[in-house]
Amino acid sequence: MSDAHDHPHEEAGSGRTSSPYAARIRAIETLLLEKSVLTEAEIQDRISYMEARSPANGARLVARAWVDPEFKARLLSDTKGAAMELGIDASGPVEFVVVENTPKTHNLIVCTLCSCYPRAILGRPPDWYKSFNYRSRAVKEPRAVMREFGFEPPDGVEIVVHDSTADMRYMVLPMRPPGTEDMDEEELAALVTRDSLIGTDVPRYLVG
Amino acid sequence: MTTFEPGDRVRVRPSDKTGHVRTPDYLKGKTGWIESVRGEFRNPEDLAYGLSGRPERPLYKVGFRQADLWGDYEGPADDYLYADVYAHWLERYEGETV
Repeated sequence: MSDAHDHPHEEAGSGRTSSPYAARIRAIETLLLEKSVLTEAEIQDRISYMEARSPANGARLVARAWVDPEFKARLLSDTKGAAMELGIDASGPVEFVVVENTPKTHNLIVCTLCSCYPRAILGRPPDWYKSFNYRSRAVKEPRAVMREFGFEPPDGVEIVVHDSTADMRYMVLPMRPPGTEDMDEEELAALVTRDSLIGTDVPRYLVG
Repeated sequence: MTTFEPGDRVRVRPSDKTGHVRTPDYLKGKTGWIESVRGEFRNPEDLAYGLSGRPERPLYKVGFRQADLWGDYEGPADDYLYADVYAHWLERYEGETV
């Protein structure tokens, strides 16, 4: 690590510099810069790109789909196009697939091979999504995993797991909770959690 | 390479190919069905090593009954799983329906 190499994310106390993995990443980053494979600006652009994305994007898409059936149809058939309508740029090499929860079917997303996730819409996945524990158990005992997240699928609901093994990135369209008929889109979006977009949980609205 | 239609019964090849593969071990040798055709894509197993990945090959959304994947699956028989599997990992399955 050269002394002249000064990153905003290397500030003292940021906690990012202490682990061996962080040190390894910085060493690789330094090599890529020194060999002119990447530029500092490209790295910063990529960090900005990822930090501009969050589960709030998914929540906006879901809330719009709940209030606008035609938008919902487009979200299910052309996710990138529907996202662009809300100003969410999900363009890129991977394709997006939105899977809809229904009274009969509940969907759960996992990537057993690594950590594939709809990053262009939702940003970085939570750490647990990348854990060996989640990746191995979501495919084998999805119901037990959901119970640990506090969600018990009702009787008669089938669980469908989607393993992201290729260049498809999956997001769940959860069901609109009962009792929310009078809510506007912004209020509805506030109910949509990150975990409900992965399928380990569902949006909740407690009446009263 | 065999190509498939939605509804075809398939078996995932029990290949022990090493290196960068996109077919998880738990699916190898398991039987399921073609749910839909995803399209044609460059082969990630070659792309990972700087090769062209061409010719493009079909990618299928393949469905599996959880009961067929795990002998001790805890949930109801209706639970199932989808994975995206490239054509070269699939073979037609003519055997008994489980």
